[in-house]
Amino acid sequence: MQKVVKQRMMALNGDEAVAWAVKQSDVDVVSAYPITPQTIIVERISDFVHEGEVDLEFIKVESEHSALSACVGAAAAGARAFTATAANGLQLMFEILYITASLRMPVVMAVVNRAPSGPINIHCDHNDSMGARDAGWIQIYCEDAQEAYDSTIQAFKISEDPEVLLPTMVTLDGFLISHTLQNVSLLPEEVVHEFLGTRKVQRIKVPEIFGDKEVPLMLNPKYPLTFGPLDLFDYYFEHKRQQIEAMERAYKVIERVHKEYAEISGRSYGNGFIEPYKTDDADVVVVGLGSTMGTAKAVVDELRGEGKKVGSIRIRVFRPFPRELLRKVLSEFDAVGVLDRGISFGHFGQVYSDLCAALYGAKDAPMMIDFVYGLGGRDMPQKLLKKIFEEVLEAKVKGPEPVFRIRGVR
Amino acid sequence: MAKGFVPNIKQLPKFMKEDPGILQGHRACAGCGCAIILRQIMMARRKPIVIANATGCMEVVTTIFPYTAWRTPWIHVAFENAAAVAAGIDAGRNKLQRAGRFSGDKDISVDYDVVALAGDGGTYDIGLQALSGALERWHNFMYVLYDNEAYMNTGIQRSGGTPFGAWTTTTPVGKKIKGKPLTKKPIVDIVVAHRIPYAATVSPAYWVDALKKFRKGFETEGPAFIHAYGVCPRGWRTDTKDTIKLSKLAVETCFFPLYEVINSEWYLTGPSLTIAKNPDRKKPVEEYLKLQGRFRHMMLPENKWMVEKFQELVDENWEIILKRAKNV
Ligand SMILES: Cc1ncc(C[n+]2csc(CCOP(=O)(O)OP(=O)(O)O)c2C)c(N)n1
Ligand code: SF4
Ligand SMILES: [Mg+2]
Repeated sequence: MQKVVKQRMMALNGDEAVAWAVKQSDVDVVSAYPITPQTIIVERISDFVHEGEVDLEFIKVESEHSALSACVGAAAAGARAFTATAANGLQLMFEILYITASLRMPVVMAVVNRAPSGPINIHCDHNDSMGARDAGWIQIYCEDAQEAYDSTIQAFKISEDPEVLLPTMVTLDGFLISHTLQNVSLLPEEVVHEFLGTRKVQRIKVPEIFGDKEVPLMLNPKYPLTFGPLDLFDYYFEHKRQQIEAMERAYKVIERVHKEYAEISGRSYGNGFIEPYKTDDADVVVVGLGSTMGTAKAVVDELRGEGKKVGSIRIRVFRPFPRELLRKVLSEFDAVGVLDRGISFGHFGQVYSDLCAALYGAKDAPMMIDFVYGLGGRDMPQKLLKKIFEEVLEAKVKGPEPVFRIRGVR
Repeated sequence: MAKGFVPNIKQLPKFMKEDPGILQGHRACAGCGCAIILRQIMMARRKPIVIANATGCMEVVTTIFPYTAWRTPWIHVAFENAAAVAAGIDAGRNKLQRAGRFSGDKDISVDYDVVALAGDGGTYDIGLQALSGALERWHNFMYVLYDNEAYMNTGIQRSGGTPFGAWTTTTPVGKKIKGKPLTKKPIVDIVVAHRIPYAATVSPAYWVDALKKFRKGFETEGPAFIHAYGVCPRGWRTDTKDTIKLSKLAVETCFFPLYEVINSEWYLTGPSLTIAKNPDRKKPVEEYLKLQGRFRHMMLPENKWMVEKFQELVDENWEIILKRAKNV
């Protein structure tokens, strides 16, 4: 095992932490467009570039659609590319999200979660990135600024792994993480460089044109390749199948990268996929994403003080969804409260429906209740969360109905 | 890649044989003027090129997995973003060159010119924002608009580049409204308003003129824009044998004048310059219109006014260009 390296502590908010990760990660091209609460990321990267502290091409595009399109162009040209956005910006990228994944471009994007319009709002909920969960991107939801820094660095390594070659979204809660100061430990730049290396280019065989030669998978005059051809019913499905399989392979890579990173940084987040808190002897748990799960830890402590056997589980990786793991882990409990900071109108919150699918048919499946909360940045105070835990404890006795509950709303 | 890049026109056949850039056997319709433009771009290369192609006919006819007509690095991402993708390629290339990233790898070269290729829909309409942004940011690339004057790939719908009177499936010839009531957006004016170093129009019939302009586009430091006239027999309802004839008539009638705009200064070129000096050589636009099914309704006696109106629009545009041209 490698020795944990000495690190520098800086007071940074979540956006700045991401900007620092980008600065240190040998990124070649950043292409981004400002939107609250992501703006600090583009501002800090601009500072780094204008001060000459990092050598990257920052394309200050005229829209998010172009931001991601330029990332795809840059990545196809062999560069390491990064972008960042939120809500409306992410939605403007929607078309290109799918294409990025389909072209297997290892682009990394920070999504600073913000409630989608309308009405227009700038505060946190997860409906923006949840709306993109089917686009073929790996999704990592962070709990705090430190994790946003760590995950951004890990994301490049995961995305660029030849077994994966898929884009990654690192999400952090708007304002709650993006704008709140925290002591963040930064790795020395050379350690990050060593961990990541510069962008490598995969080699592939195209026997019809280049015979046995393994040619670089990039826009390259030496071995010209065609990216993004028309692809109809006779091959499209096979290409989707490859994407499905790449997502499956990503589990192993995410786990490995998380472990390697832990060895040098001394920081880990559960097993990389989920982070359980005081669940060993718990009867009921609450499951959710993002910064709320920090609050949940405090509430767990409080309830434990009252003698209640409760715990919490934070889902960190939402795509690929750790379904086997969650099926196993959640089967240990009697009742599970699911916290959804998003809603699929006409159905449940997204985390709840994915969990139900993962637990379908499990022998000891717990009862599960969906708690939709926090839309448009509505606060989730400790008191409310405590009440939710109590509802789950009560459900253990009285049964789960109704399974769909909206909390913190008038 | 071929050993040398076309130093003079006599070496073209050999050059194109060794390194065609795009192959025959693609699925463009017989007589497609746009496919000719692709070859002419290839003929004008000074070094390898990388193409970012918008969704549209040229994307569709040159590829269908597992086939490709391209022997040059090529990427298609979406319809409205050819300029943005090209911008990303430009930025990536610049950084990789500067960092000497692949200099030790003999299988990789990052020394190439960047081309964005899009139709009129992908340029006048849905791609205009990305184009404007890329011009403003001064990317080092050449944007080629192949203008077949409608959304051909989706089956002939009108665009901002469709001329007055033309029949399309969304500007049908009805009892009340006959064809497109409005005319073409002045796309080159819009582009030139960005004060880019080089813009030009080309018609594939005047291929030496076209090659020179494409070559200048490649050599331009910063953004260059080429507006290429592309006959679409399928969508224009024209005879496939008339493609070059129409490509000439468009210029001879001054419907599509040939010129270049160098640092915001306008210069007529080739036959358009000749016509400017000998105005009697300007042909009536009816000669151009009457060969095309999309204007057939305009030939009926009761629609004569449409031909007159078309002629007025052509004359107006020609006068504007004459006033601007420095060399007449
Ligand atoms: C965002 C989006 N809207 C619509 C389409 C459908 N579409 C594909 S190609 C095309 C028209 C292309 O027209 P043009 O740019 O003139 O190229 P052409 O096919 O005429 O060569 C349209 C409308 C699309 N692919 N993407
Ligand atoms: S429809 Fe028109 S532009 Fe498209 S390939 Fe056929 S002739 Fe060319
Ligand atoms: Mg068109």
